[in-house]
Amino acid sequence: MPPDSPPAAVAVPNHLTSPPPGLVALFLAFARMSLSGFGGVLAFARRGIVDQHKWMTAEEFNETFALCHFLPGPNIVNFTMVFGSRFRGLAGGIAAFAGLLGPPVVIVTILAALYARFGEIEALRRILAGVSCAAVGLLIAVVLRMMLPLIRKRDFTALVVLLAVFIAIGQLQLPLAAVLLVATPLSIAIVFVRRRGAA
Amino acid sequence: MNPGGNPILTLIGTFALMSLFAVGGANSAIPEMHRVAVDVRHWLTDKQFADAFAIAQMSPGPNVLIVTLIGYAVAGVAGALAATLAMCLPTALLAYCVSRLLNRSSHSPWPAIIQTALVPLSIGLMAASAMVLVRTSASSWSAALVTAAAAALAFTTRLNPLWLLLAGGLLGFAGVID
Repeated sequence: MPPDSPPAAVAVPNHLTSPPPGLVALFLAFARMSLSGFGGVLAFARRGIVDQHKWMTAEEFNETFALCHFLPGPNIVNFTMVFGSRFRGLAGGIAAFAGLLGPPVVIVTILAALYARFGEIEALRRILAGVSCAAVGLLIAVVLRMMLPLIRKRDFTALVVLLAVFIAIGQLQLPLAAVLLVATPLSIAIVFVRRRGAA
Repeated sequence: MNPGGNPILTLIGTFALMSLFAVGGANSAIPEMHRVAVDVRHWLTDKQFADAFAIAQMSPGPNVLIVTLIGYAVAGVAGALAATLAMCLPTALLAYCVSRLLNRSSHSPWPAIIQTALVPLSIGLMAASAMVLVRTSASSWSAALVTAAAAALAFTTRLNPLWLLLAGGLLGFAGVID
């Protein structure tokens, strides 16, 4: 790397209409998105960052989020660190990270304490049973929606890999680490070979 | 790591390791969380795990906060904090480092290849999570019916998910689900 390149190598785009956010603004913005995010923060994060604050264009948001999706760990949590550090270095990343996690952790911890105390009350149990059925239904719907692009492209190899992972983990209940250690290089090799063949 | 040791350290070790394999987000790690928390370590019962998932879905914030609930069940507030940070911080720092690295070498075809290869893995993992949760929470015909109805509505309409969770809670309260 040439000595005169910028230290962080994360150039702030200069065509944005809004000035880059400071640490407090990052913390508050992510706290607000997180507290609105029932059943997932992604939709609210995109609205806040692209539409409201105009800190990123839609394309920049997609590219940044895609990176965080293919890295391990909770996507949106990874995103806070990458997003915040783009503007204010590591401190900015930590500010966004703390904003996303801090307030909801307090809420969930209070709920956990209430559950530990009152979890055996019959009415609460019944409500939770109903909510968890609906929550699982939401998860199934997300999985189906994510499969649509593969089905539309008739990408049968990807669908077979998908099915194999589903059976290994969901049916055979094999340990996650072992399955991924086998499936990840395999899937990368398949994509690599197919791109070679297509080129 | 050591069963008789400090529960906080066990939580940190368990979730830090788990997060490194959670490709595709928190929901894809659900089967592994269930395996470790219920089957291996006996921190929670099946029912408590399903309840923790429901509470995490009902609360605002990222869905990964189910680990906060597991941590709380094991070691109170300190456990909740330790589990959350162990699950979130190492991979967030990894993402920070990788993003800096990629911005330096954007000519390689490998980021795109890897990303394409991870898509079916990530969806397969999420499907497996749904399967494990169907097994633990939809244990009766009425529960399975509510689950299927919620899935169909969420898939075919643009309804705010909050309404479906609320409807599920009301049906549960009314004693429809057994």
